[in-house]
Amino acid sequence: MKRFATGGLAAVALVGVLALSSCSSSGGKEAAEEESKTAAGGGPRLKIAMVTHSAQGDTFWDIVQKGAKAAAAKDNVDFLYSADPEGGKQAQLVQAAIDQKVDGIIVTLAKPEALKDVLKKATDAKIPVVTINSGAAQSAEYGALVHFGQDETVAGEAAGEEFNKLGAKKAVCVIHEQGNVGLEDRCAGAKKTFKGQMENLFVQGSNMPQVKSSITAKLQAAKDTDAILTLGAPFAATAVDSAKEVGSSAKVATFDMNKQLITALKDGSIQFAVDQQPYLQGYGAVDELWLYKTNGNVIGGGRPVLTGPAIVTKDTADAIAPFADRGTR
Amino acid sequence: MNQTVAQPAQPVKLDERVTRKSPLRRLLGRPEIGALIGALALFVFFGLTADTFLTANAFSTILYASSTFGIMAVSVSLLMIGGEFDLSAGVMVTTSALVASMFSYQFSLNIWVGVAVSLAVTLALGFVNGLLYVKTGLPSFIVTLGTFFMLAGANLGVTKAISDNVATPSISDMSGFSAAKQVFASDLTLFGIQVKITVLWWLAMVAVATWLLLRTRAGNWVFAVGGSAPSARAVGVPVAKTKIALFMGVAFTAWFSGMHLLFAFDSVQSGEGVGNEFFYIICAVIGGCLLTGGYGSAIGAAIGAFIFGMTNKGIVYAEWNPDWFKFFLGAMLLIATVVNLVVRRRAEVSE
Repeated sequence: MKRFATGGLAAVALVGVLALSSCSSSGGKEAAEEESKTAAGGGPRLKIAMVTHSAQGDTFWDIVQKGAKAAAAKDNVDFLYSADPEGGKQAQLVQAAIDQKVDGIIVTLAKPEALKDVLKKATDAKIPVVTINSGAAQSAEYGALVHFGQDETVAGEAAGEEFNKLGAKKAVCVIHEQGNVGLEDRCAGAKKTFKGQMENLFVQGSNMPQVKSSITAKLQAAKDTDAILTLGAPFAATAVDSAKEVGSSAKVATFDMNKQLITALKDGSIQFAVDQQPYLQGYGAVDELWLYKTNGNVIGGGRPVLTGPAIVTKDTADAIAPFADRGTR
Repeated sequence: MNQTVAQPAQPVKLDERVTRKSPLRRLLGRPEIGALIGALALFVFFGLTADTFLTANAFSTILYASSTFGIMAVSVSLLMIGGEFDLSAGVMVTTSALVASMFSYQFSLNIWVGVAVSLAVTLALGFVNGLLYVKTGLPSFIVTLGTFFMLAGANLGVTKAISDNVATPSISDMSGFSAAKQVFASDLTLFGIQVKITVLWWLAMVAVATWLLLRTRAGNWVFAVGGSAPSARAVGVPVAKTKIALFMGVAFTAWFSGMHLLFAFDSVQSGEGVGNEFFYIICAVIGGCLLTGGYGSAIGAAIGAFIFGMTNKGIVYAEWNPDWFKFFLGAMLLIATVVNLVVRRRAEVSE
């Protein structure tokens, strides 16, 4: 904990150094700070903490935060964010939020067991908890009000169906983080509904050249592959490159969404995207806690609220292009 | 070592370090020879188990994968011969790509301006690493661990502050992009095979580093400071300058790798690169660099990178169960390294 705190300070210092040396940050940074200050909501000021299992610098979680901040600004909420990919450390961060006496906690249950005890403490301290993204099965059991997320298996099944519509026979599911249950579930779901044959491929998500060469290698080894499913938007573009290079006509589709993906969807290089609407997860969770605190409401009546899968294709890409462009979709 | 006890009556006994050894023995005494044999063994192994492994296209994919590790392994191996580590090397690649991309984009400048600024910034980071090490006297492991975290944080912090996103916007439509892509991330056709330009740059860097190590005074300094810094200082080797230069060498290849990352994928994820520093070190070690410094070669690191790239992609070509990917990877690396060790011991004994 302490180590990370000092690391953060040092990083802030270096941000300053880098900002000076590249002479470009002042405008954007100030603008970002301005944005987070604008609070205009009703009711007493609440403090809500979100603790996720995100790795640093992940596009997806950035969008979740943007949704949460938008809701926080509207609801007059002081929004705190922290994250650690390791279950144990994530639990410590939740404990820290409890110690801060926050008015509500939003948490992801990627490693449910690790968070069970600390969430008990939160509910004992009468702090309402909302789970997002992963953990639909455990959410209610651990005392959370409601869960906002996409059922990964259901989403995978939707992707499998889409591939059937495209007439694919042999598919590869690219997993960019080994041992991540959510990613495995997506591939398993897709495999379930996909009428052809589907295999998994592991790539090192933190190293794009390696992702590319691994997909290239897979396409060279299994030449009859006619569909590739990636589980994160940046990897889809890379898969398209690999297919082009090998001369494969494999159709690429992906989970999640980003700006570049809209262009690719429009020009047909990517067939469809399974969007779980991360913005909605962040926004909905903050809004729910605010509603609960101010009016005792529970969205969805305690049942998990599904934020996806929303399938985006060539036909629907235009409609969401402006939102993806500003990084909220 | 080379004890010639059988000829005690030799009148003028030359020092064993200056006697001429037979070419074979000299070859076997090189740091990279074990790795080379390990690489050949793996090549034959995958050639037999994976159908598509021996095709020209597969070879070009493997070379590409190897080159992206290998370019960094060149400078990392020199640094390790010089007795130091750089744990910030992996994220520095991302930093360099981010700087070039964001500088060009924010000011709508020609891409090459961003590329140049990035070179300056990255070399400065290498200089800071070296200077911190020299001035504080702390182990480079700690110093660069610190800069590793700082850079990882800054990558995200600065990117979000400037662009409000965690990835940089695509710069593929900006002026200078296609020319830069030609230099850093193009495909060439050599002898009917598609080869990534990074492969050629990699080989060129290995050649320069090898020449530097074996044929220049600076190369001797590198071995000297890695073997024993106090002794090196005592005989007049500029220890501080050599070490700083080595850190800057890592920065230079990080810049190059960053440019490849940027121009091959035109948008950069700010969280990328974490963990890659270990792969560079692994390549150097497989290639015969000692973790303690003073021994190793750039060619060895190149072969190490080749082994790593080959194993990484060979498992995919062999279509083994991907759940076991890392297990296979570890086992293959261990085998390659053991072969390396056995060969080197044999070579030493046969002298």
